[in-house]
Amino acid sequence: MSSLSDAGVEMNGVADYRYGRRTAETEVEDDTSLNELRLQTDLLWYHDRFTAQLKGDLVYDAVAAEWDDVDLETGKGMLDLRQANLLISPLSWMDLKLGRQVLTWGAGDLVFINDLFPKDWQSFFLGRHIEYLKAPSDALFVSLFPSLVNIDIAYTPRFDSDRHVTGERLAFWNGQAIVGQDGVLVTDRPARWFEDDELAARLYRNVGGYELALYGYHGYWKSPGGMDPTTGHWLFPALAVYGASVRGPLIGGIASVEAGYYDSVDDRDGDDPFVNNSEARLLLGYEREVAQDLTMGMQYYVERMLDHDAYTDALIAIGQPTATARDEDRHTVTLRVTYLLMNQNLIMSCFTRYSPSDADAYIRPVATYRISDQWQASVGGNIFFGDDDHTFLAQFEPNNNLYASLRCSF
Amino acid sequence: MMMKPMALLLASGLLLGAGVKAPAADETDANTIVERANKASYYAGKDGRAQVKMTLSDGRTREFVILRANADEGMEQKFYVYFMAPADVRKMAYLVHKRPGGLDDRWLFLPALNLVKRIAPGDKRTSFVGSDFLYEDVSGRGLEEDTHELIESSATQYVLKNTPKDSGSVKFLSYTVWIDKETFLPRKAEYLDKNGTLYRRVVATKVETIEGHPTVLETYAEDLVSGSKTVNSFSEVSYDLGLKDGLFTERFLRRPPREVTR
Repeated sequence: MSSLSDAGVEMNGVADYRYGRRTAETEVEDDTSLNELRLQTDLLWYHDRFTAQLKGDLVYDAVAAEWDDVDLETGKGMLDLRQANLLISPLSWMDLKLGRQVLTWGAGDLVFINDLFPKDWQSFFLGRHIEYLKAPSDALFVSLFPSLVNIDIAYTPRFDSDRHVTGERLAFWNGQAIVGQDGVLVTDRPARWFEDDELAARLYRNVGGYELALYGYHGYWKSPGGMDPTTGHWLFPALAVYGASVRGPLIGGIASVEAGYYDSVDDRDGDDPFVNNSEARLLLGYEREVAQDLTMGMQYYVERMLDHDAYTDALIAIGQPTATARDEDRHTVTLRVTYLLMNQNLIMSCFTRYSPSDADAYIRPVATYRISDQWQASVGGNIFFGDDDHTFLAQFEPNNNLYASLRCSF
Repeated sequence: MMMKPMALLLASGLLLGAGVKAPAADETDANTIVERANKASYYAGKDGRAQVKMTLSDGRTREFVILRANADEGMEQKFYVYFMAPADVRKMAYLVHKRPGGLDDRWLFLPALNLVKRIAPGDKRTSFVGSDFLYEDVSGRGLEEDTHELIESSATQYVLKNTPKDSGSVKFLSYTVWIDKETFLPRKAEYLDKNGTLYRRVVATKVETIEGHPTVLETYAEDLVSGSKTVNSFSEVSYDLGLKDGLFTERFLRRPPREVTR
C-alpha cells in the first residue's frame, strides 16, 4: 500500500452484502430478489501527465442463474468492471477521457431526458447501491472549455444499451402478459464497432447563477423500443434526441426545466406498430429545504407520443387490442423527501413516482445508518402498484421487494 | 445517501481563518471591530488552501482539502472542497459561490454517479457534516444579523456582545466573542440559550503566522448540553497560490484539480 501511495496511486475498497426478498410470491421469479456479496476495488493513479482509474467488483451472486460466466457488457458474472479509463488534458482548455467510464448529465432526479447514457434499471429496482443505477459506457469523452461556452462530446464506438429488465430477475409486461423467467426477452442489439455507434453532445454555460444547457444525441433507444415481428426479438431502433435544460435558484430553492424531442428515426410517421413513436418530453422540478435537515423535491414530468393516432390505427390494423395501448400523454409527478437524523448519521429518504394518467405508482424508501466511518447498514424497498398490468410502473408489481445491506469501506 | 452537503463546508472562516496585522490604534467602535474580525477570519490573502481534519467526540472523522479565492472586488468568494475521508464521501467535491447578503450558489459532485447536483440553500445553523460546528461557524454569520456592543477592552482583547436582531430565527439569546487586538482573530465565542444559560462554545486553540497571515490551526466546538465536542485541525495551509477562477467550475468538480489531489 505504501509503495502504491508513494507512486501517487490511491487504493480503496468496499465490501457490500445485500439480501432482498419479494413481498409476495410470483410464479415467474425467485422469491429471493437479491443475495450477493460484492468486493469493489478502486485504484486511482494521479500522474503528472494523466489520471488513470481502474474500478471493478468481484461478485458472488447466489440468485443469478449463471453467475460464473463473465459478460463485461451486461455486468453479469463474477466480474463487473465499472471504470477503466485514462484522463489527460492535452491543452489547458481540453480534457480527454478514454475508456470505460460512468457518464451523467441533465437536470432531473431519477428522470432522464437528455442523459442517454446507459442505466442499469435491473440493479436499481432490485435495490443495489445507488451507484449501480449508472451502467458504464465504453467511450471517448472530450470536454472543451473555450471562454464562451463549454462543450462535452461523448463518442461510444459500439452502442451501450441500458441494463434493462429482461425477465431473468425482474418480471415485466411483454405486450401480451406479465412474464419473467418463463418469457425472458431476446434482443438483437446493434453491436458493430464504429457502425452501431453513439454520439452525445452538450453545450453549457452559467449565466448569473443559472445553468443553461443544450443537448443532442444520435444513437438508439437505450432500452428495447421495438420488435421484429418475424423473429419476436426485441430491437433498439435508431433514435435522435435534441433538448435543453435550465437550472437555478427560485424562491429559496432550486428550480429546473428540461425538455427533449425524441425523433424515432425508424418510425417518423408513427405508423409502425413495432417501433416506438417519436415523443416530446418535458420536466419541471423544484427542490428546497423545508426544515432543518429536511429537504423536499418535486417534479412534474410528461411524455407525449407525437403520432398517437397513427400508433392506435396501426395496432388495430394488426389486430392488437387498444385497451392495453399507451395513452398519448403519460403524466408523472415525483416527490422526494430526505430527512437527516442522529447527527446526520441516519439518512431517511423516500422517492415516490406517481402517474395519474397510467394510475400507477412506484415508492422507493431507503434508510441508511452510518454505524462508523467504515460501516453502513441500509434497509429499503421497491414497491410498485397500479390498476392495470400493462402500464409503465404497474407492470413491475410482481417485483415488489424489501432488502437490507451492510457495507464496509476500507 | 451522504452527509449533508451544504453543511459540508464551508469553511472559510474558522477553517481558513487568518488575521491581518492590526494598527496600534485602539478601536472602540463595535461595528468596525466586527468588520475587521470578519476580514481577518475569512478573507486573508487573495486565495488560500488548507487540509482539514475534523475529529468528532464519537471517534468519527472527516478529512478534506479546501480552496478559497476572493473576488477581485467586493466580498464575494468561491470555495472548492474535496473530501478524502470517510470512505463513503471520498472524492465527493463541493463548490460554493458565496454572495454575502444573498443566497450562495452550491453544487455537489457525487463521483459514483458522475453527477453534479445543485444544492438548495439551507438553514445556516444546521450542523456541518454532522459535527458540533454549524454551517454558520465556518461560513461566517452575516454581520448585519446582530447588533454588536463592545462590553470590555482588555490589554489584548476586545469583548463583544452580539444580540440577534431577529431573535425568532435562532436558538440563542446572545453570544459573546473575544477578539485579539493584535490579529483581530476571534479566539472564543460563547452562546447563551433563551434562558441566559451558557450552552455552546467555539474556541480557537492554536494560532500561528503563516506567510504573514495569523492563521487558526486548531479550533473546537463544544455542545455543553450533550457534552459532545468536535476538534478541527488545519495543516498544509498556504496563501496566494494564484488559484484560477476556472478552478471553481463544473469542470473541476468532475475531475479534481491537482491543487487538491496532492
